[in-house]
Amino acid sequence: MLEWWDGFWATYNTVVFSIGVNAMLALSIYLTLSCGLLSLANAAFMGIGAYTAAMITMNSGLPFPVALIAGGMLPALVAVVIGIPTLRLSGVYLAMATLGFGEVVRVIVLNLEITGGPMGINGIPQKTEWWHILLILLVTLYVLARLRRSKVGRAFEAIKADEVAARLMGVNVPRYKLLAFVLGAVIAGLAGGLNAHYTFTIGANNYAFENAVDILTMAVFGGTSNLVGPVIGGTVLTLLPELLRGLNQYRLAVNGLILILVILYLPKGMWDPRRIRAFWKRTKAGKIA
Amino acid sequence: MLEQQLINALSLGSVYALFALGFTLVFGVLGVINLSHGAIFMLGSYAALLLVQQLALPLWLAMLAAMVVSGLIGLIVDYLVLKPLRARNAPHLSPMIATIGVAIMLTNLAQGLFGAENKRFPAGTIPEQSMTLGNVHITAVQIGIVAISFALMMVLLVVMRRTQLGRALRAIAESPKAAYLLGINVEGLFYLTSFAAAALGGAAGVLVGLSFNAISPFMGQPMLHKGIAVIILGGMGDIRGALIGGLFLGFAEVLTVAYVSSDFRDAVAFGLLFLILLVRPSGMFGKVLERKA
Repeated sequence: MLEWWDGFWATYNTVVFSIGVNAMLALSIYLTLSCGLLSLANAAFMGIGAYTAAMITMNSGLPFPVALIAGGMLPALVAVVIGIPTLRLSGVYLAMATLGFGEVVRVIVLNLEITGGPMGINGIPQKTEWWHILLILLVTLYVLARLRRSKVGRAFEAIKADEVAARLMGVNVPRYKLLAFVLGAVIAGLAGGLNAHYTFTIGANNYAFENAVDILTMAVFGGTSNLVGPVIGGTVLTLLPELLRGLNQYRLAVNGLILILVILYLPKGMWDPRRIRAFWKRTKAGKIA
Repeated sequence: MLEQQLINALSLGSVYALFALGFTLVFGVLGVINLSHGAIFMLGSYAALLLVQQLALPLWLAMLAAMVVSGLIGLIVDYLVLKPLRARNAPHLSPMIATIGVAIMLTNLAQGLFGAENKRFPAGTIPEQSMTLGNVHITAVQIGIVAISFALMMVLLVVMRRTQLGRALRAIAESPKAAYLLGINVEGLFYLTSFAAAALGGAAGVLVGLSFNAISPFMGQPMLHKGIAVIILGGMGDIRGALIGGLFLGFAEVLTVAYVSSDFRDAVAFGLLFLILLVRPSGMFGKVLERKA
C-alpha cells in the first residue's frame, strides 16, 4: 500500500499541487465576479506573484514565507495602481482592458533583464510542500466565507445586483470594487508564488491570454454562486486533461466539447445548490410514489 | 525606407481590418463576443489550401469556396452553440466561454487532421509578380490583399447603409425585440450575420496564408488577440471603426518594429488598447456608451 502510494505521489504530486493552485486562482476570479467585475487580469497577477517570489528565493537568502508574502503583496500594489483608473469601465470593456494589461505585463517581463527575458527563470528550488498549498487554500476559503457574510460581502452582492441602486443606498462603489480587485490580486499572487516553487521553471508565456481565459473557465465551469463551485471547477479542469490522456491528440477537442456542454446544459456551473436540491427532492418524491 | 514600411503597414492593416470586420459584425448584431472567430479564420486558410492542393482549383475560386466553407462553419457554430444561449437569454459571459470551447476544439481537430507543422501553398500557386516604384517594392500579393480587403469592406458598408437588409440588421443591433415586433425575421438574420462574419474571417485567413505562405493550426489565436484590440480601438460593433482601427494597428505595429524594437511588436496592440480604454472607454470612434450597471 505504502509503495503504491509512493509511486503514485512521485508521478502525480504536481497534478495534486496544481489542483490546489488552480482552485485558488478560480477563487481569485470568483471574488471579483462576486462584485460584478469581469476582470481577466488574474493570470498577470499570478505571474507577478510568481516572478516576485521566485526572484526573492533565488537572489536573496530570505526564507520561503517572506518570498511568498512578497509574491502576494506586489500584485496587490500593482492592482491598486491600475485598478483606480480601469475599474471605472464596466462589463466587456473591463474584461478587454484587463486582458490588455495582462498582455503588456507579459511583454514587459519577456523583455526585462532581471526576469531572465524569454528564457524565464530556471532552477527555482522546490520549496512548496503539499501542506503549504492546503493551508493557504483553507485560509483563503475561510476568509472568503467570512467575507460573504460580512458587511463587505453584502456590499459586493449589492453592487453585483445593481450598481446604481447600491450607490443610492450609500455603498461606496469604487472603494469596494477596488477592494475586490486587490484581494483577488493577492490570492492570484500567492497562487503564483506557490506554483513557481514546485514547477522548477517559470516563463512569461505561462501567464498569457490563454491562462487568463483558463482561470475564468475554471470558475464558470464550477459555478460562481458560492465558494464550492470554483474549487470544483479548478479540480475538474486540472484532472480532465489527465483523465483524457487515453484520447491522445484529440483530448483538447474533448476538453473543449465538455466546456461547451457545461455552458449549454449547466448554466450555473457544475455546483449549483438549487439544482442539486431540486434533484434530491425529485428522487425522494420518486421513492415515496 | 519609410515608404516601404507604409506599404507593408497598409497590407498588414487591411488584413487586420478584414478580420476585425466579421468580429465586430457579430458583436454589433448578435451582441456576442465570438472567440471562435480566430479558429474559423484558421480553417478558412486550410480550406483554400486543400482546394488548391487536392482539386487544383485556381486561387480565386479556392478563395471563394473557402469563404463559403468558413461561412458554413460559422453557421453551424451559431446553430449549435449560440442559438441555445440566445433562447435562454444567457448572460454575456456564457457565449464568450462557449466559443472559447469551440476555438479549443477546432484548433485541436485541425492539429489532429492536418498536423501541427506549417503548411505551404504548392509552388506556383501564389503570383510572384511585383513592381518597383522608385525605391518601393510592391508584390502582387500585397496589392491583392489590399484590393480584396477594401472591396469586401466596401460591400459590407454599402449593404449596411443603403439596403433594406442593412436597415433590418441595424434595427436588430438597436433592439432585437423591437425588430421582431416590426416583422423582421430576427433569427434568420442572426444566421445570415454569423455566416457573413465567418466568411469574412475565412477570407482574411486565406489572405494571411498567402502573404506569409505559412498555414498552421495555431495562426488563429494571435489574430484573435489583434482582432479584440482592433474592435476596442474602433469602438465595438462599429464597422467603420473596425476599418480604421485595423489600419491604425497595422501602421502602429510596422512602425514600432521599424523604429523602436521588434520585441515590443506584440505589446503595441494591447498597450494601445489599454491606453485608449483609460481615456475613451468606448473606443476611438465609438459613441459615449450609456452606463449599464
